[in-house]
Amino acid sequence: MARIIVVTSGKGGVGKTTTSAAIAMGLAKKGHKTAVIDFDVGLRNLDLIMGCERRVVYDFVNVINGEATLNQALIRDKNCNLLYILPASQTRDKDALSQEGVGRVLDELKKDFKYIVCDSPAGIEKGAHLAMYFADDAFVVTNPEVSSVRDSDRMLGILSSKSRRAEQNEEPINEFLLLTRYAPERVKLGEMLSVDDVQDILSLHLLGVIPESKSVLNASNSGTPVILDEKSDAGQAYADIVARYLGEERPHRFIDDKKGFFRNLFGGN
Amino acid sequence: MSTDANETPNTQLALEFKSSTFSVPVLVLLTDDLILFKQQLLNKTKQAPDFFKNSPLVLDLQPLNRLGYDIKIVEVVGIIRQAGLLIVGLRGGSLIQNEQALELHIPIYSSLSEGAISAEDKKQKKATPSSKPDVEIKVDVRVTTLITQPIRSGQRIYAEGDLIIMAQVSAGAEIIAEGNIHVYNTLRGRALAGVQGNVDARIFCFDLQAELISIAGNYKVSEDLDKSVRNKPVQIYLQNQSLIIKDIVQHH
Ligand SMILES: Nc1ncnc2c1ncn2[C@@H]1O[C@H](COP(=O)(O)OP(=O)(O)OP(=O)(O)O)[C@@H](O)[C@H]1O
Ligand SMILES: [Mg+2]
Repeated sequence: MARIIVVTSGKGGVGKTTTSAAIAMGLAKKGHKTAVIDFDVGLRNLDLIMGCERRVVYDFVNVINGEATLNQALIRDKNCNLLYILPASQTRDKDALSQEGVGRVLDELKKDFKYIVCDSPAGIEKGAHLAMYFADDAFVVTNPEVSSVRDSDRMLGILSSKSRRAEQNEEPINEFLLLTRYAPERVKLGEMLSVDDVQDILSLHLLGVIPESKSVLNASNSGTPVILDEKSDAGQAYADIVARYLGEERPHRFIDDKKGFFRNLFGGN
Repeated sequence: MSTDANETPNTQLALEFKSSTFSVPVLVLLTDDLILFKQQLLNKTKQAPDFFKNSPLVLDLQPLNRLGYDIKIVEVVGIIRQAGLLIVGLRGGSLIQNEQALELHIPIYSSLSEGAISAEDKKQKKATPSSKPDVEIKVDVRVTTLITQPIRSGQRIYAEGDLIIMAQVSAGAEIIAEGNIHVYNTLRGRALAGVQGNVDARIFCFDLQAELISIAGNYKVSEDLDKSVRNKPVQIYLQNQSLIIKDIVQHH
């Protein structure tokens, strides 16, 4: 059975698109045929992160409107032939997506793909609603600060009451916490919430912590998902997350301040 | 009790039976028109999906059986489950209906004795106008509402009776009850008990970090909460129109 994963957050700029690109690539690299869809109509970011912006001919809205077939619009990834990207359109108005249309496209994708990753736009308005509505699993991307945590909480409320699964009284969406842009040394200084703080507030299953990392910017500049940078901390963190999602057990990393730890160990400061 | 003599005695107690009383909503079926029943039930549950979701329920068929209507349990149960409610018992069923229910693993509850019923009926006639609608689905909601999922920011729960929440209540969430409120987890949002003026209502919570607490309109906001009552199990009640917050466990 195909599974639809929504990558969502409420708050903007927390790392949804970075995460969508990384986990879609990670799932495909593990041998699962995966599609990643950009729901951010009007902004179009995913194709940049995936490095396929110059190959966009048709987009999600064209498919919904019947102006192109799904096969015409899907772009095969240059690094992995099990990964396909369905880009968002840049010019159209935000109402171009309809629930019925999105449902139709997802149904068609489900026939052919194992995982369908939906990159949600920020906010809790229509676009974000459509991105999560059909989901089976939700990756709730949160930064370790109060407003992001609050917005994630809000989004969790929406997932549990306004999704298709909620409306049809089916088993609820599986919700996972992804804590991104985590900087242990800033947690220590009290400038950021800790993993424990966030889990205490959200009480949600932690799928993984992604450290704040230069490698993310480098990856997006070169148009390759950061998970392909296997030496980078963020890349490894995303690989862990994909493995855990697929059922592997892996210890959590990137939570402690290594430097601080040694400093404490040797009594210096 | 028969125990195997050869078995080595194990002193560890593995289970215990206890007697306990629960309030459960009763769904009284007033028609044998199951299409109409389904329509109205789904409408009702749609109005308050959070409230009805997985709510336990006892089905009462007594009025219908009195009128001599025969209803297939399987069909009614199917509709109830479709509406997302969990049927935990049958009352007032015929012998055949009881059998059908047991086949579906639904327990049978005995109805009130005949005498008790007529007494009840008399009482009710005094209290309510005699002109009753022909079809009415009565979900008695003045009972306890049990919620096991977290109440998130932006969500609101309203209970006409007592409200029990087994999960956390987030900041930005609102829980409202005409009766008492129990939160067996952290209360960070707003909790309003006795909202129809019940000054005897109380709020119990496992960990008080609320944004607002109110009983029958008398409220305190977060800033009014003394450090000594925060982050621990407390009960909140009204005395001479002021809110008292006390440890649940009284130390003597
Ligand atoms: N782990 C990280 N370390 C450093 N920078 C990061 C990390 N994750 C994301 N960023 C940066 O944060 C910015 C926002 O990331 P991204 O576009 O993925 O967020 P988003 O949630 O999709 O935003 P929007 O809500 O606008 O769609 C980008 O500049 C990205 O490079
Ligand atoms: Mg984005």
